[in-house]
Amino acid sequence: MRYIEPHGHMVSRTTDDYQAMVTAGCVAVCEPAFWAGFDRSSVDGFRDYFRQITEYEPARAAKFLLPHFAWLCINPKEAEDLALAADVLAMIPEFLAKPNVLGIGEIGLNRNTRNELKVFEQHVELAVKYNQLILVHTPHLEDKLKGTRLIVDLLRSHPGVKPERVIIDHVEEHTVNLVLDRGFWAGITLYPDSKSSPPRAVDMLETSGHDRIWLNSACDWGVSDPLAVPKTAFEMRRRGHSASYVDQVLYQNPVRFLSQCPKFRLGD
Amino acid sequence: MTQPRSPRTSARLPAAAAQRAVVDHSFVPVRAKLIEVAAFLDRVERYGAAGDFRCAALRQAVKILVDGKPARARRILEQLSDPTVKPDLITSGKAALGAWQKPQSPKRAK
Repeated sequence: MRYIEPHGHMVSRTTDDYQAMVTAGCVAVCEPAFWAGFDRSSVDGFRDYFRQITEYEPARAAKFLLPHFAWLCINPKEAEDLALAADVLAMIPEFLAKPNVLGIGEIGLNRNTRNELKVFEQHVELAVKYNQLILVHTPHLEDKLKGTRLIVDLLRSHPGVKPERVIIDHVEEHTVNLVLDRGFWAGITLYPDSKSSPPRAVDMLETSGHDRIWLNSACDWGVSDPLAVPKTAFEMRRRGHSASYVDQVLYQNPVRFLSQCPKFRLGD
Repeated sequence: MTQPRSPRTSARLPAAAAQRAVVDHSFVPVRAKLIEVAAFLDRVERYGAAGDFRCAALRQAVKILVDGKPARARRILEQLSDPTVKPDLITSGKAALGAWQKPQSPKRAK
């Protein structure tokens, strides 16, 4: 089995995790910019982080023969500070030409505030200006439905946004069709305690279709499982889905979306 | 332009996945989760915390499990969601709580 981990915060993981993922069939990993668990104090903190995910982490992944790609942004959890967000947004273009950068992400909303929405819109403008793919984070728990609606409305109202170049991540049963019906790609995140479990993810594939969906573990510094994607493949197979079905969802779908960026290339 | 997607009715439900197997694979883990819910509701009563808005929301959500209608997961998620539509003026903290509670003072954008 082969699969792509299209959303993994690998700076939070150990080399054992890299080894386990590759052993399980992972052939590429993509790392969106993320909140560090605390607010960075200046734009230089972001510059160091962007260097980490565009220079150091690809080298670490390469030791396990794993291609590593990155997305850049200031995460919505830090978007309340509009001055800092402006500084980070101004710095991002310095890194867009890096060979492993696929686009702008994971942008979006956290608590659905006016400031978060403003910074989200600025990221969208940046992505359109530089013709970048967009990876969107949707809020947690009780904030997800409202946040997803705000995100979809903003994206649909922007004349420069092409829905097929946008993936809206962390969908659940109450948001998956809202995303897919408007032409976007959807990401299902597999977490032990929140977002989706492997059985629920397969339920969504069976009921909402599997044409424009990818699965990810989002493995970060919180409670998460870097092998959640291959474990979901097991759930599919146990229900009788074919190996080609699994391959389409876990490999071909992310390849199809990510290949819209010419820098996304896999080796033999 | 909006892309088409496979209609829900064409989602692949393999013939090999027998009704019995679906139950066999999941029943015991789901049974355990249901008992966790029951034990949690007992526990919060014992500790005098049953009035917490999240516990109240959970008790309301549980009713959906047995109403005999489909899309239970979607409807429970919707019931636990913030029903407002406008962005908030200020943040109430970095972390969501799992259930929505009407704010004490207005914080919605006009």
